[in-house]
Amino acid sequence: MAEVRMPKLGESVTEGTLGKWLKNVGDAVSKYEPLVEVVTDKVTAEIPSDEEGILIEIAVAEGETVRVGTVLAYIEQSRPASEQQPVLVESNQQHKAIEPLTTKQRYSPAVRYLAQKHAVDLQTLSGTGFAGRITRKDVLASLQTVNEQKETDKPLLPPTEEKHDIQTIAITPIRKTIATRMTESARDVPHAWMMVEADVTKLVKVRERNKKSFKEREGIDLTYFPFFMKVVVDALKEYPMLNSTWTNDGILVHQGIHLSVAVATEDALVVPVIHHADRLSISGLAHALSAIATRAKTGKLTLDDVSGGTFTINNTGAFGSVLSKPILNPPQAGILSIESIIKRPVVLADDAIAIRSMVNLCISIDHRVLDGLITGRFMKLIKGKLEAFDVTMDV
Amino acid sequence: MAVKLFIDAIRDALFHAMREDEQVFVLGEDVGVRGGVFRVTQGLIEEFGEQRVMDTPLAESGIVGVAIGAAAMGFKPVAEIQFVDFILPAVNQIISEAAKMRYRSNNDWTCPLVIRAPFGGGVHGALYHSQSLEALFYHVPGLKIVIPSTAADAKGLLLAAIRDPDPVLFFEHKGMYRLIRDEVPDGEHIVPIGKATLRKTGDDITVITYGLMVHYALEVATKLEQEGIHAHILDLRTIAPLDREAIIEAARHTGKVLIVHEDNKTGGVGAEIAAMIAEEALFDLDAPIMRLAGPDVPAMPYNAGMEKFYMLNPQKIEDAMRNLARF
Repeated sequence: MAEVRMPKLGESVTEGTLGKWLKNVGDAVSKYEPLVEVVTDKVTAEIPSDEEGILIEIAVAEGETVRVGTVLAYIEQSRPASEQQPVLVESNQQHKAIEPLTTKQRYSPAVRYLAQKHAVDLQTLSGTGFAGRITRKDVLASLQTVNEQKETDKPLLPPTEEKHDIQTIAITPIRKTIATRMTESARDVPHAWMMVEADVTKLVKVRERNKKSFKEREGIDLTYFPFFMKVVVDALKEYPMLNSTWTNDGILVHQGIHLSVAVATEDALVVPVIHHADRLSISGLAHALSAIATRAKTGKLTLDDVSGGTFTINNTGAFGSVLSKPILNPPQAGILSIESIIKRPVVLADDAIAIRSMVNLCISIDHRVLDGLITGRFMKLIKGKLEAFDVTMDV
Repeated sequence: MAVKLFIDAIRDALFHAMREDEQVFVLGEDVGVRGGVFRVTQGLIEEFGEQRVMDTPLAESGIVGVAIGAAAMGFKPVAEIQFVDFILPAVNQIISEAAKMRYRSNNDWTCPLVIRAPFGGGVHGALYHSQSLEALFYHVPGLKIVIPSTAADAKGLLLAAIRDPDPVLFFEHKGMYRLIRDEVPDGEHIVPIGKATLRKTGDDITVITYGLMVHYALEVATKLEQEGIHAHILDLRTIAPLDREAIIEAARHTGKVLIVHEDNKTGGVGAEIAAMIAEEALFDLDAPIMRLAGPDVPAMPYNAGMEKFYMLNPQKIEDAMRNLARF
């Protein structure tokens, strides 16, 4: 009998939450076949089986969080007959007798179809067919009972609308992870906020002029976001304190700039990382962003994709927002939101009024690491770079 | 309307058709003076004369060949093959000529031919007088095959067959000639070819069958009713073309299907019906499709004990129906 243990899924990962079990007790399992999903730090990984055999016991239920090394399941290995005998004898001595496998219920296509259609839990029915088989008539009879029950229930209950007011949504493992981390961050990290506005009229022109040729050449859309990323990365190079982590033993200043990018999916927020963003051009950033967003939306992110970020940039403008107050993504010291680009009348340096494309940039910092002075300089640099785009620039 | 024997209903249809349409004539071995070995054609020669009730030599290929030629010229021949066992010398005429005439001539020629033949066992007919050969023909496109189970249907289907513009094989279970009697409408009475009918409704098991086996199944169903097993019984009436819609509907009704026929199991009509249900009604099935059929033995034995072993009977059907109900 082999044990399946919670693996160490990353350097600083000490525990993991079980997602869905992909195999049931009694199922045959091949070597390397995925057994169970594990959710850690916003990534879902599948734990493969190291052995070929039968899954005989599941020790940790879905949704439970356990430490690395905890036994998750037991697998009865299948080996060539010549090897099997001694192994079995040995395991029988070491462990208590293994419970005989329960015979899996067999259902006819009609029974399965009806059960699915009417959401009948077949485990709750008793069968009248051969050897206790649940027949189509058994399912139909149970439906009739339910319907009759509903009929008789109706007049007894006064019509109350409250019953339908609240709908409980089960918490998925990833939702739980987000909740825990955000609570920790909001509670433990002293956040400070700042907003600057930048005139990006030139940037808008650069993008307008380049977007068609870029799409034809690169095969992906040219959005504003890679321009902002480029500017932020360049600013981070000059102000490395924004690219750091607070620890009680000292502030860790990261050499590489690994940009976390918030990507919203329907049911969760994931923050995949573009590693070594400082080595990429605007075009390179656009491609990296496209690749990682696709993986995020299709649930194909790897552990590497979500590890090692040093600063987060958040495209809240995509939702139409003009102001936001982001919560830091620990252990990072800064998170920057790019809001919507909006045309507004603006007073220019020569007191003339003009219509310009304006954008708000909102930053949250870990006040333990940084003060307003450095942050202000960092934001001013970003603003300056954004406003200084050369309109003839080719991307 | 009067209660008539199965055999009398067939004769009724022949008289009716021949009186109505001068192009209709019968031919076969001993159909004239003798009135047929089973007396189906008794009285016809007296009324219609030997030009329309023709005794032929013992040559089935000739009987069918002559009939095909006459049909091509606009007659409506009703050929009798004395026993279906004897039809084999005429198979080339039936399959290569009659079945293909419309197709081969691009609709210029049709073959409004009916071939009547008694089939089936259980009458100590042994090797050459007991066979069921419907499966041999139902594989062939261009042929219609009719097997009635009641006197009323025998009359209605035979009239429909005679009026059909294409070849129809009309098989009569010889055990039913003087066993089955029911109310037969007088005069004009047509039962459409290709339509099955429900003989009984129930919600536990579906039995799909035809011919004599319909009566056995009904007899068993009445008995099982007292035990709370309710059978749904579909009488196919036409083997080719099969009534696909009725078969699927009957199968869906209970999700448990038993197909019964006296003909051999392998490659029998039941195999086609089972495949049809599996193709179209998988998600309504609550049990494996069951077949109860004659054994794959070369011929019906003469010896009474052996014949009993070979033939289907109510007891065998009862066992099968009960097993399916219990599943």
